Amino acid sequence: MATVSLKNVKKRFGSTEVIHGVSADIADGEFIVIVGPSGCGKSTLLRMVAGLETVSEGVVEIDGARVNEKEPMDRDIAMVFQNYALYPHMSVRQNMAYSLKIAGLAKSEIDRKVGEAARLLQLEPYLDRKPKQLSGGQRQRVAMGRAIVREPSVFLFDEPLSNLDAKLRVQMRLEIRQLQAKLGVTALYVTHDQVEAMTMADRMIVMNEGRAEQIGTPLEVYEKPATLFAAQFIGSPAMNVVSGTLEGGQAVLPGGARIACCTAHEGPAAIGIRPEDTHADADGALEMAVDIAEPLGATTLLHGTLYGTEVAFTASLPGVHRMEAGTVLRLAVAPAAIHLFDPETGRRIG
Amino acid sequence: MEKRVTFKGWLLPLALVFPQAFISAVFFFYPAGQAVWQSMFIPDPFGLSSQFVGLGNFEYLFSDPYYRSSFVTTAVFSTLVTVVSMVPALFLAVLADRLVKGAGTYRTLLIWPYAVAPAVAGVLWMFMFNTRVGVVSWYLGQLGYTWNHVLDPNEAMGLVVVASAWGRISYNFLFFYAALQAVPRSLIEAAAIDGARFWRRFFTIVLPMLSPTTFFLLVVNIVYAFFETFGVIHTITSGGPQQATTILVYKVYADGFVGQDLGSSAAQSVVLLVVVGALTVIQFRFIERRVHY
Repeated sequence: MATVSLKNVKKRFGSTEVIHGVSADIADGEFIVIVGPSGCGKSTLLRMVAGLETVSEGVVEIDGARVNEKEPMDRDIAMVFQNYALYPHMSVRQNMAYSLKIAGLAKSEIDRKVGEAARLLQLEPYLDRKPKQLSGGQRQRVAMGRAIVREPSVFLFDEPLSNLDAKLRVQMRLEIRQLQAKLGVTALYVTHDQVEAMTMADRMIVMNEGRAEQIGTPLEVYEKPATLFAAQFIGSPAMNVVSGTLEGGQAVLPGGARIACCTAHEGPAAIGIRPEDTHADADGALEMAVDIAEPLGATTLLHGTLYGTEVAFTASLPGVHRMEAGTVLRLAVAPAAIHLFDPETGRRIG
Repeated sequence: MEKRVTFKGWLLPLALVFPQAFISAVFFFYPAGQAVWQSMFIPDPFGLSSQFVGLGNFEYLFSDPYYRSSFVTTAVFSTLVTVVSMVPALFLAVLADRLVKGAGTYRTLLIWPYAVAPAVAGVLWMFMFNTRVGVVSWYLGQLGYTWNHVLDPNEAMGLVVVASAWGRISYNFLFFYAALQAVPRSLIEAAAIDGARFWRRFFTIVLPMLSPTTFFLLVVNIVYAFFETFGVIHTITSGGPQQATTILVYKVYADGFVGQDLGSSAAQSVVLLVVVGALTVIQFRFIERRVHY
């Protein structure tokens, strides 16, 4: 059990800076998901916490103690790798016992701990198999088992589910979350999948190009994205962002639609509207020309443009709607569902 | 899907196969056949006639203590050459693999010895250890050790082993280095997090991952020591002293071309042929069973 804190952590490879100063305080037992597109530096950040990459600047603390110069083995952490990194020549039992053997534990103690972890992960029937004789999900469990037996203070996950099929991913997502809650261990979990981030995180760190765009609970990030990037990265289908202007407390969209919103700002702005925040309304302020309707069963996605413009727009309406291409639809948006961003900096302004 | 090329006539395929078949026939099947044939005859001292003796040459061979001791010499020699060429190669590869800067330079330098022909390497070592003018033997003399591989069988064996293994280190280094680079980084990292320090990681994770390469090199080096070290032995010791460095392949030459006993020499070739065959079978059996995890 431990806290983790990052203080203005930077990483440079040669003269290229890839992480430009990330700060975060992670509470004991918290499940933190670091999410972002590939190449945003999320794995590098995790590897710095693990001690597999050196920290170029700033401080990484685990349980209040600076660990920058500590070896991975001395940081009291365990890590689950994307490719699981199971030792292929060892059986499941040996894989899990490896760290305990190195730590010099007695044989009976090792057997007890491995047995316990195996029971917890339902791996008992497979203890004497080699990793190549296991399915993807089982390998994943062994990797977790190997991490659990060490009883670390911090669990690190580097995209652990990305090699699994969609169905198994949903199941493992739940299992990892339950396991973490049961053990009460602080966890850092890296993923590029925003659904994983939304469903698993206590809080998430949204990363883009080496910067933490926003740190907050999934709902905070969804409801009040701090930047344009966070707004478009979280949420599916992605938020509509159109450039418009703010005039006297109204947002003016391309095509001339005016939507009331509560802001004192004036001038150009990036206006964000989530597809699911629109609803069909004959008196609505928005007019949309539909190109394609995608019925998903519970909802229907409508792709098209704002009427009279070339600006792409997506709406999501509950229920099944069949629509010809070219249909013009009036939509209403609640003032509270309008997200406003500075077009220069991408920061939220209202 | 296997792609099959079909030919319309017989002429083109035959023409394509011919060069390979011709070379194999002239340089392999014909001499091998000749060896088997000759191994059943004893020629007269002037080579004018020969007498059929069946397996007599083989009977004579295996009752010859010199021949049997040559088997032991070969076993000792090839074991030593294999160990002396593989262990330092692995060590050097591990060091080169850890390098961040200048890896390319070290790699190139370490591969150079492989470009030196065995006979030339033999001459080089012979000069260095020459009992009268050799640099190394002079220094050894200064240290109070009298080096004389012309008289001392152990020193002779040591010298031919080192001379044979020297160039081979480069070859083995290359394979080990490539294999080390192929070990997934995450495995090493996982082991590091699990608390294993460098040498522990090496022996428990890296070495087992190298096992297919190690086994391949083991077989290849044994075959090398059996057959390709002729040049080194010929230039340095010529099989002496008292046949202490006469390995099987050298004895084929010594008995056949120096001793002019063509029948026995042919019989020895046949025995060697069987040994090569056995080694090859072992190699394929094992490697196929051991294809990467």
